[in-house]
Amino acid sequence: MKINKFVIGGAMILGAVVFLIWTATASNLEFFMTVDELNAKGQSVVDKNLRVSGAVIGDSIQYDAQNLTLTFEVAHVPGDSPDITTEGGLAEALHQAVMDPSRARMKVVYVGVKPDLLRNEAQAIMTGHLGADGVFYAEELLLKCPTRYEEAVPEQAG
Amino acid sequence: MLANFGYGILFITFLVTLYSVFAAIYGESKKMPAMVESARRAMLLTWPLLTLTAGILIYLLVNNHFEVQFVYEVTSRSMPTYLKVTAWWGGQAGSLLFWSWLMSAFASLVTLRKWDRDRELLPWVILVACITMAFFIGMNVFFENPFAQLYQTSTAIEAHTFQPANSILFTPQDGRGLNPLLRHPGMVIHPPMLYLGFVSFVIPYAFAMAALITGRTDDRWIRLTRRWTLWAWLFLSFGLVLGGRWAYDVLGWGGYWGWDPVEIAAFMPWLTGTAFLHSVMIQEKRGMLKHWNMLLIILTYDLVIFGTFLTRSGVLSSVHAFAQSAIGPLFMGFVALTLVSSVGLIIYRWDSLRSETEMTSLLSREALFLLNNLMFISILVVCFWGVIFPLISELFTGQKVTVGPPFYERATGPLFATLMLLMGIAPLSAWGHSTVKTLGQTIWKPTAGAVIVTAIIFATYTRNVYAIIGFFLVAFVILVTLYEYWRGANARQKSQNENIFTSFWNLTGRNRRRYGGYIIHLSMMLMAIGILGIELFQVETQGTVQQGESLSLANYELRYKEIAQWDDLPSGVNYRRAVLDVYQDDQYLGQLVPRIDYYYDSQQNMTIPGQRSTMKDDLYVLLVDWEPASAAGATFKIYVNPLVNWLWLGSLLFLAGIIIAAWPERELEPVIVRANRHVQQTSAAD
Repeated sequence: MKINKFVIGGAMILGAVVFLIWTATASNLEFFMTVDELNAKGQSVVDKNLRVSGAVIGDSIQYDAQNLTLTFEVAHVPGDSPDITTEGGLAEALHQAVMDPSRARMKVVYVGVKPDLLRNEAQAIMTGHLGADGVFYAEELLLKCPTRYEEAVPEQAG
Repeated sequence: MLANFGYGILFITFLVTLYSVFAAIYGESKKMPAMVESARRAMLLTWPLLTLTAGILIYLLVNNHFEVQFVYEVTSRSMPTYLKVTAWWGGQAGSLLFWSWLMSAFASLVTLRKWDRDRELLPWVILVACITMAFFIGMNVFFENPFAQLYQTSTAIEAHTFQPANSILFTPQDGRGLNPLLRHPGMVIHPPMLYLGFVSFVIPYAFAMAALITGRTDDRWIRLTRRWTLWAWLFLSFGLVLGGRWAYDVLGWGGYWGWDPVEIAAFMPWLTGTAFLHSVMIQEKRGMLKHWNMLLIILTYDLVIFGTFLTRSGVLSSVHAFAQSAIGPLFMGFVALTLVSSVGLIIYRWDSLRSETEMTSLLSREALFLLNNLMFISILVVCFWGVIFPLISELFTGQKVTVGPPFYERATGPLFATLMLLMGIAPLSAWGHSTVKTLGQTIWKPTAGAVIVTAIIFATYTRNVYAIIGFFLVAFVILVTLYEYWRGANARQKSQNENIFTSFWNLTGRNRRRYGGYIIHLSMMLMAIGILGIELFQVETQGTVQQGESLSLANYELRYKEIAQWDDLPSGVNYRRAVLDVYQDDQYLGQLVPRIDYYYDSQQNMTIPGQRSTMKDDLYVLLVDWEPASAAGATFKIYVNPLVNWLWLGSLLFLAGIIIAAWPERELEPVIVRANRHVQQTSAAD
């Protein structure tokens, strides 16, 4: 039986695309974590690409404009939206996280420009890695202030 | 009062669309043309009704009726009137209404055309258009009422459609105001452009469904909607480009595209739409891929619905979670329902959609077009995988894992490169049959040219391997396209005895779709130059300087001259503006003025870059911070973005190309008779 050359070609393309997606996924994984999870896992996640969300503690924000080094602390907020909903929505969850001194906190260092939206009770979504010193070194910093806007998401062009 | 009236009209419109759906089905099944006509008239009524609704909403927005929740959320007293009008699509409820309004306009336009020859399609086009409209209007009526008003009860202030017992109307002093980031001329036209693109794709889908239902599975539906598809594609493409430009001008991260889920949501229907535009040509010329075309338009339609949902619903505002608002499951349900029923129709008509000819040669134009389609779909799969990956991984491992922009860049890079290669080869291959030999005869000249160009770039500009591959492909496609143009014009010049310019003009005029398409290919290559430039060669620096000191980057030197700060009370904005003198190789070029605008109503800063744009590179400066105490030191971030201007130039050429391709043809199309079938072909009738 003659095997159709189009079938072979199609299978090869399909294989190539699957391979491409697979390798690209494997080498670019980013793990979502909450501050609590990060504290629990500790040293075991030191080398991984992490994405952590937390509530910004306004008083802790320090900015060294000479060296463009930004340090601040974030408090734990739940990662699942049902949990956030039971706390009364994102704005309320962030407020509670900041007001509650028993919540787990984490120190963040970010080198770069201080974002306009960085302020107390903003949600910070940080991409980066956890240092051996327990400080989170963020390479990317996204901020959301859900209290004020229906869609206060600067990086979301839409 | 007025708000209640607006809601009433909206509710009536909802009933009218439902009536139209049932009248169309009933009239068609009972063979009652009067009933179908009544359905058509009902549909025509939706546009004036929705225009009235929108007019009321705009009146409320412009006149500071903050007792209306939507007005309170998106406007404030300090906003200029034009922004208050455009705040219409600044929030979810309003943008759903905007969607419905556009849909009703397009549906009306399409039913006003002459239907003599396609009478049997009419009820089904009405059906699809009105079901879609009913869904969107229903969202507004039942879940996201733009006219809900704020009421003070004994315990709280809440928004309600109808006044609750023992409550009084509550009118806030001022509204929250539109997010400052959205107060930009680009933001005024970017969402409507995207929406125009989204909504126009509903029309070809409606015709495709009508064709499947009635069994008129020839390519009549494609010919009827060809121009709609092109305009839809134009608006969608332009919406995407404008979004990129807005990001570049306003967001201050020196980029234009961040592989954000919301961007991808708008990009996915563009991918299937582009694949569709190409593959319908195979159906028209060769009678093949009929199932595939149906599937593509169905996918496009559902991705449009999905995209509308994602871009405006705010579900992604919590990074991890999908579908937390009430309308999420309904949108997903509607997408699932239309997808399943449409695909069911394809299966029902499977046999009558069979190809009329068979594909034989791997290098024939239809085979290359098919490959092009596979590439677009592969990019779609990459995008879709990236968006849903967090959900999948959580489902199977319990761990939330996502993939960032590097994933998309790495996975789509080779696919885009393959597409570019195809863009070069396909125009030179023949329909039906091509061999390496016949193709080689035409292709060697442009290839040789591209090799020479690449060698020059290698010697003078860059040795980056990705850049070399990219620039080779760009040169190859540009040369092939110009060569095609020259061949056509040359042949015409000889046979028609015209001068070469007249030949070029007439050639394009007689084959608008083909040569408009080539102009679009050229424009894509200009855009590719810009993308290669900024992606591979962007450099940046940042630093704090005192007055009179300077920062340097590439061969630029920027000297910090002064800073000024003042309040503009009427608009509620505090401006801080720095002035920098720009030198290149010690030659004075001018001044750049980056600034930070502080909006009092939202307590938010907006960073506006100072830009100096040339075809070689863009100098892009951000004022990051400054110390009011010393008033002397200021921090700047500087980018040099090579070649990025080609991206914007390319998008202008793109606009020209697509207008040429979509321009109505004057003369009748030639009658094409295929070997094994007699389908009467006539002109595109719209």
